Amino acid sequence: MAEVLVFVDHVDGAVRKPTLELLTLARRIGEPVAVSLGSGAENTAPALAEHGAVRVLTAEAPEFADYLVVPKVDAVQAAFEAVSPSAVLFPSSAEGKEIAARLAVRIGSGIITDAVDLEAGEEGPVATQSVFAAAFTTRSRVSRGTPVITVKPNSAAVEAAPAAGAVEALEVSFSEKATGTKVVARTPRESTGRPDLTEAAIVVSGGRGVGGAENFPVVEALADSLGAAVGASRAAVDAGWYPHTNQVGQTGKTVSPQLYIAAGISGAIQHRAGMQTSKTIVAVNKDAEAPIFDLVDYGVVGDLFEVVPQLTEEVKTRKG
Amino acid sequence: MSLRIVVCVKYVPDATGDRHFAEDLTVDRDDVDGLLSELDEYAVEQALQIAEERQRAGDDAEITVLTVGPEDAKDALRKALSMGADKAVHVEDEDLHGTDALGTSLVLARAIEKTGYDLVVCGMASTDGTMGVLAAMLAERLGVPQVSLLSEVSVEDGTVTGRRDGDTATEQLQARLPAVVSVTDQSGEARYPSFKGIMAAKKKPVASWDLSDLDIEAEDVGLEGAWTAVEGATERPARTAGTIVKDEGEGGKQLAAFLAERKFI
Ligand SMILES: Cc1cc2nc3c(=O)[nH]c(=O)nc-3n(C[C@H](O)[C@H](O)[C@H](O)COP(=O)(O)OP(=O)(O)OC[C@H]3O[C@@H](n4cnc5c(N)ncnc54)[C@H](O)[C@@H]3O)c2cc1C
Ligand SMILES: Cc1cc2nc3c(=O)[nH]c(=O)nc-3n(C[C@H](O)[C@H](O)[C@H](O)COP(=O)(O)OP(=O)(O)OC[C@H]3O[C@@H](n4cnc5c(N)ncnc54)[C@H](O)[C@@H]3O)c2cc1C
Repeated sequence: MAEVLVFVDHVDGAVRKPTLELLTLARRIGEPVAVSLGSGAENTAPALAEHGAVRVLTAEAPEFADYLVVPKVDAVQAAFEAVSPSAVLFPSSAEGKEIAARLAVRIGSGIITDAVDLEAGEEGPVATQSVFAAAFTTRSRVSRGTPVITVKPNSAAVEAAPAAGAVEALEVSFSEKATGTKVVARTPRESTGRPDLTEAAIVVSGGRGVGGAENFPVVEALADSLGAAVGASRAAVDAGWYPHTNQVGQTGKTVSPQLYIAAGISGAIQHRAGMQTSKTIVAVNKDAEAPIFDLVDYGVVGDLFEVVPQLTEEVKTRKG
Repeated sequence: MSLRIVVCVKYVPDATGDRHFAEDLTVDRDDVDGLLSELDEYAVEQALQIAEERQRAGDDAEITVLTVGPEDAKDALRKALSMGADKAVHVEDEDLHGTDALGTSLVLARAIEKTGYDLVVCGMASTDGTMGVLAAMLAERLGVPQVSLLSEVSVEDGTVTGRRDGDTATEQLQARLPAVVSVTDQSGEARYPSFKGIMAAKKKPVASWDLSDLDIEAEDVGLEGAWTAVEGATERPARTAGTIVKDEGEGGKQLAAFLAERKFI
């Protein structure tokens, strides 16, 4: 079977969930060969093997952390040339998309971004995209070159499928351009202890209706009772009530959880772009005309400061 | 020496309109209003701020806005000119219809080289294709550093610096000019064009180039030359109407019962 290159997103060797989903999708179109770069790369091998990687190509070099994107493009290109894969897959993170973009230019191949599903087709893999704020679903394929495809988080259920996962060192010689953009400082994000927004099964988001940073604990308390991640609308983020990294929507994170709860959010098209594919949608809003109610499976017209704390209490009681 | 800034701006269908596909599965632009992609307003704004900063230091800067798009895309250029850009380049050619990302990056790169540049500024993503790949592709094609997804940017002494807020960390980036940058919607509100700006824009030069001006063969762009093929587009079925209750004191409990029924509790 043809080999498929899968770019591994990891933090110091801990593989992030979207990569495991990617391996599941990769197995539909070939045999996954993982490319794992940077500090801790070799430590990713057991998790990758457990999820179907037949080989794990690793490279560690200070360049990966010290310079932006290009060193990783050089490495993926080296892997591409060594493996001659039938497709190259990336997680749809900001970095994943940029590496994919530059690789596509270098190898003269078409690129599809933000796929939400992937199937084998007669003329190569067919990708499903959710476009125009999830109002349309398209099916596309790469018609020239080796398909380069980036896949959104939550596009497939993670399946274990043990494979050899043989670790091999990848030879990389960095291009002259690799050191063009220097990372002069890096401040890791502090963990909140809550689940990661894009990976969470339940997301509770607050909007302008929350009224201030001091009220966000109302949203957080509900999230914690459900083991959920906390999201926010851009209005809440722009007002400085919640960090930008928690923004859901077109210019924030796309989430596709089992359950999405919107509190004090009107449901503007750009917000919907980031949450419309959630399986079950619930809203609390005091305005019965708010567009968010067009999307919901269950909506409560009411004051969130009455409804949300009552819900939180009830969840705690029911959970015992 | 004058700092030459090129801002790439895209003309897109209004996201609040009824966007859909034409028969050839390209974006139907006929019955939806088009506008300057809102995320590119942030790119124009940052370019203006960089130019203003430079002028305060007694130096010079010139901003060219560049678009690849149909006839109407001139509207996007006018908007950017009325915000304060100095001149515009419109790449327009019938053979461009249906061009994908790789093709767009080729056309933009050739046009940028022809214009001459020290700094290229892009938005973080278009509001229609939303790929977020063009800045990286341009840096690759032009062979210059990529300093992308910045929420803060400044240019000094031939160096561009910026802050990139990533998923797991915030990074401070630095590169020598010439470079390609892209800016996010966290970089600072875009200004509204003033009346004076709107009047002045009418007199600013807009150059029109076609593929032959850029030495690009028709078969490398457009629907025929595309590296990707769209095979189908279907409208998402409308969601079935959900249950909506008015809170009369028990709204939270009712919601809890619904969540329990769906096994979330
Ligand atoms: C290019 C572009 C990109 C954008 N990207 C994003 C994005 O990624 N994410 C995003 O969210 N937005 C985005 N926006 C902004 C978007 O258009 C809206 O402005 C934003 O989503 C509104 O946020 P909101 O719903 O919290 O606020 P509002 O629209 O002001 O709605 C607040 C809601 O709260 C309700 N409310 C008030 N008080 C209470 C109460 N006590 N109890 C219950 N309900 C109450 C009100 O009835 C109202 O419906 C973008 C805009 C543009 C132009
Ligand atoms: C719904 C939809 C899905 C698509 N999916 C794909 C796909 O998977 N693969 C593919 O190859 N093509 C795709 N396309 C085509 C693609 O959108 C265009 O080729 C496009 O111009 C480049 O991608 P983008 O608009 O998403 O750019 P982005 O990378 O999101 O744009 C970033 C920045 O690049 C600049 N820019 C982008 N386009 C132009 C332009 N025409 N003129 C000036 N500046 C510009 C702007 O500064 C913009 O902010 C899709 C188009 C649509 C409408």
